[in-house]
Formats: sequence, structure tokens, C-alpha cells
Amino acid sequence: MTIPLLGLSAVAAAETGSPQLPLLFMIIVVFVLAVFLGVEVISKVPTMLHTPLMSGTNAIHGIILVGAMLVLAAAGDNILLLILGFIATVFGAGNVVGGFVVTDRMLQMFKKKPQPGGKQ
Amino acid sequence: MDFSTPQLYIEIVYLLAAITFIISLRRLSNPATARTGNLTAAVGMSLAVLATIASILINGTDWHLGLIIVGALIGGGVGWYLARTVEMTAMPQMVALFNGMGGGAAALTSMSDFLDRLNAHASYGYDFSTATALGVIIGSVSLSGSFIALGKLQGFIPARPVTYGGQQIVNAIVGILIFVMAVYLIAFPAGDVHTTVLVLMSVLGLILGVAITMPIGGADMPVVISLLNSFTGLAAAFTGFVLGSNVLVIAGALVGASGMILTQLMSKAMNRSLANVLFGAFGTGGGTEAAAGADGARPVRELTVDDAATLLAYANQVVIVPGYGMAVARAQNAVQELAKQLEKRGVTVKYGIHPVAGRMPGHMNVLLAEADVPYNQLYEMEQINPELPQTDVVLVIGANDVVNPAARTDPKSPIYGMPIIEADLAQNVIVMKRSMRSGFAGIDNDLFYEPKTSMLFGDAKDVATALTTAVKNL
Repeated sequence: MTIPLLGLSAVAAAETGSPQLPLLFMIIVVFVLAVFLGVEVISKVPTMLHTPLMSGTNAIHGIILVGAMLVLAAAGDNILLLILGFIATVFGAGNVVGGFVVTDRMLQMFKKKPQPGGKQ
Repeated sequence: MDFSTPQLYIEIVYLLAAITFIISLRRLSNPATARTGNLTAAVGMSLAVLATIASILINGTDWHLGLIIVGALIGGGVGWYLARTVEMTAMPQMVALFNGMGGGAAALTSMSDFLDRLNAHASYGYDFSTATALGVIIGSVSLSGSFIALGKLQGFIPARPVTYGGQQIVNAIVGILIFVMAVYLIAFPAGDVHTTVLVLMSVLGLILGVAITMPIGGADMPVVISLLNSFTGLAAAFTGFVLGSNVLVIAGALVGASGMILTQLMSKAMNRSLANVLFGAFGTGGGTEAAAGADGARPVRELTVDDAATLLAYANQVVIVPGYGMAVARAQNAVQELAKQLEKRGVTVKYGIHPVAGRMPGHMNVLLAEADVPYNQLYEMEQINPELPQTDVVLVIGANDVVNPAARTDPKSPIYGMPIIEADLAQNVIVMKRSMRSGFAGIDNDLFYEPKTSMLFGDAKDVATALTTAVKNL
């Protein structure tokens, strides 16, 4: 079976005649913009949210699970590749599920409390 | 990438997932929207995984898909179980564990794709081999570093900084070896040696992760975990370069960048630079009995539970300063009971929360929220400090370094300059502690020897319960 699992240079090579730079350049542009977005989006965070935010971003890099699934699907009959891909999938899934669940458990503590003046 | 129509739809779903991650980060920065923010990202992640399964199905499937699902169920099941069952005090360890798994997954995925290319004798460019090398190295460092951080927090690895002569040189040599191997992989055309070099390089990456984490004290582990979290993001982004996957590049870069900012915010909360955290070999990680010192053991004043109860009950204002020790003793609920009893007698009770109380910035807020302490009783350090000189009693429960006046007065102290809760300015101080052990920074605390301070030794939960009863019976 074939999976469209191609590195950049291979993609560019497949498109005969097209220069190699633009595709690589495009993905670098995406990378750089995402870096700036990451900085901008969390510039001001109250201290009490540092831990949940770390945990939340921890879950988001679990996206690596998608990559792990793709390489395992493309591993063919090669035992080494099957083992590597399988462990990567187990780890990636642990990262995703554990990350989101633990973050949710932290944040569910922050539910609204009785308003000031209600008691005391 | 094959831009046939189904594949295009899949790419659109990936784009949607990337957008949910951005929205999620924004919402996670605000207490009111944080929880839905996390759920938003979880929905996006599910979409991305479903899209991946769809793309595998489209390309013709066989037993590989079964293997993928089995792997995902095992990993997801373990992650779910641990995340549901772990104590709130052990949250930082969980973040370290899941982060290490992510780093490992990134390294293995990059490695696997590269080996696949080697096996097929396919050609590849410098961009591909560079991204592979970076993904493998950073992922390996993150994997082993996270597990050392986990061990230090959990206590099965000594929390104190582990240092030895020539350590920096050894670390530098490991770093240089990794660099040379990476250059070899990138610069030389594929050959039989490449597999060996790749595996060796990842092993050295694991060693480097251990080597840079061991000399860092337990108190700084949250900063280290945050840094490694950022690393894993970068490793995922480089893996995205390898696979030509936009969603991996976007999500990885987002986490890499925001994780780096968060790491700096955390260092700042401790008034330390990141470089100082990484190379300072700071603190002994607790566990050492306060050094007797040249002048012998200094005397401290102890008081009985009844005396303490009287002092508290007849105060106008009591400020409770909780620390990690309170959380370990699971005394939050008992302490909150005590606070309620005092309020019934007309005492104003406030909690003063140091930004790094607990094991991570914000950790104490989570722990107190769990014990149903109302928001409006929690005061941040900057809010509570001006009130302390007019406060009758400060009750320090299982906190140590965050009330150490040496941070203000002793330029030679390792914590000099760290903002503290100025408990020593209050009229009276009662310190509830198990023993005279030093805090995580591993240094003695002058506050305990002040004439206005009295010590109340014992398990925080038992003592708090006894105090509550004593206050009731007054």
C-alpha cells in the first residue's frame, strides 16, 4: 500500500521541473508564522494558569500521534519499522489522551465559587 | 503530497485542527474560558486523528490499521488511567510523563521515516536529513530529560543537584559528538553506516537529556519540564518537516514558542534567569536536616495546640500561607475547616499565595480550589504583603523558602532577590511543620528563630484538625 508520506525534497522531486525551493520555503513560512503566533497568543497569562497552560500545550504537541500513525501505516513488513512505529503510536496516544484529561482535571477545579458577599 | 480530492479534504480537516489549537491557547490564558479552551483543542485533536485514519483507509488498508488502533488504545488507555487516578499533588509528574512520551514519539517517528527512506534506497535532500536529525535529537533529549524530572519530583532519583568535576566538559563532549554525527547524516549520501549513526545519535541524545537534567535541583523541575515541553513541540514541528505535514509543523511550532515564553514567565516568577536555572546547580532539593552550623543548633520556640488556638481565635486578622507541605499532608480540607471556625468567631481569614507555592506556578491555586476554598479568600503575594504588618497572626503551613526573609536581607543567600511573602513583618507567626527540615532550596530559614515566631510541629492535617477542635472549645 502506498501512503502519501513524503518528505519535502521527495515531493519537489516528484513534481518534475518545479524548483525545489518554493515548497520548502512554504513550510518554513508556516513554521515561522506559527512561532510568532505562539508567542503572541500567550503573552499575558495570570500565574494561577501557568500549570494548566503548560499541561494544555503538552497535550497539543500530542499531534505527533498523527505522524506516528502515518509512519506505522507505511512500515510495510519491516520488523524494525513496525516496532518503532508501534511504540511511537503508543507514546503519542498516551501524550494526547493523558495530556487533555489531566488538563481538564486541573481546570475543572476552577469552577465558579460563591460570589463575594454571599457569605462571611 | 497527493492533492487528489479526498486528500484535499483531509488537509482541510488538518487545517481546522490547527485553528482549534490556536483558539485553545488563547482561551487557556484566561480563567473563565480555560476549560472550554482545553476541550476545543481536544475536539481538534480528535478530528485530526480521524482524518489520519481516513487518509490511511483511502490509500488502501490492511492489518497495519489494526496495529495502529491497538497501539492507540494501549497508549490512550494508560494515559487516561494515569490522568484520572493520580493525586493532584503529583500533577507535575504527570505532565513530565506525557511530555516524555511525546518527545519519544517524535524521535521514533522521524527515525522511522528516515530508515524507511534508507531501506528503499530513495534519495533525499539536505532539508529532509536536517529535519530528521533535529527531530531525533530534540525528541530524545526531551524523553530522557522528562523521565529524570519525573524521578526527581517523585523522589526515586535524588532531588538535589547531582554534580561532579568536569561535568560541563563531559556534557560538551556529548553535545559535540551528537553534532558531528548529525553533520555526517546530513552531509554524506546515504550509506550502510547511516542506520548505525542514527541509532547512536539518538542514544547520545538520551544521555544528553539525563546529563543536563541531573545537575538541576528538584525545586527547579517545573521550569525544566516547561522547557522540555517546548522542546517536544519543536521536535514535533521538525517531524512535520520530515513528513511534509502542515498540522504537525503548526502545532509543534505553536507549542515550541508558547512553551518557551511560559518557561521564561516561570523563571521570572522565581526571580531567576533561565540560564541560572539550567546551569546554577541550585539548592539541595530538600531532605537535609537544617544544618546545625558552626554555632550549634539554634533554639526555636514551640507552643501547644491550645496556645496556638487562643492566639488565632482572638486575632482580628489571620493570614494563612500554604506550601507544598500542606498539600502533601492533604491538609487542605482540615485547614479550610479551621478557617471557617475562625470566621465564625469574627476573625478575618485570608490565604496568601506565593506565585511558586506548591511544585509549579499556580499549583497551589489548583490544590486549594480542590478543597473548596472560595476564590475571594485567595490573595496573591503582591496583594497580601502590604497587609501583613497589620496582621495579628500569620499561619505558615508547610511552606518554607517562600517566607524566608533571607531573600530580602542576605545578599549571600542563594534565594536572595526572590520575592517572598513577608511573614516576618506580621505581629505573630505560627509555623506548622513536620520537622526542622529545610525547604526545597535546601537552606536554613531565619524566620523560625525570630522571637515572634512559634513552631507547631506535627502532621499538618492532624495539627489543623486539633486546632479546629481547640478553637471550637474555647
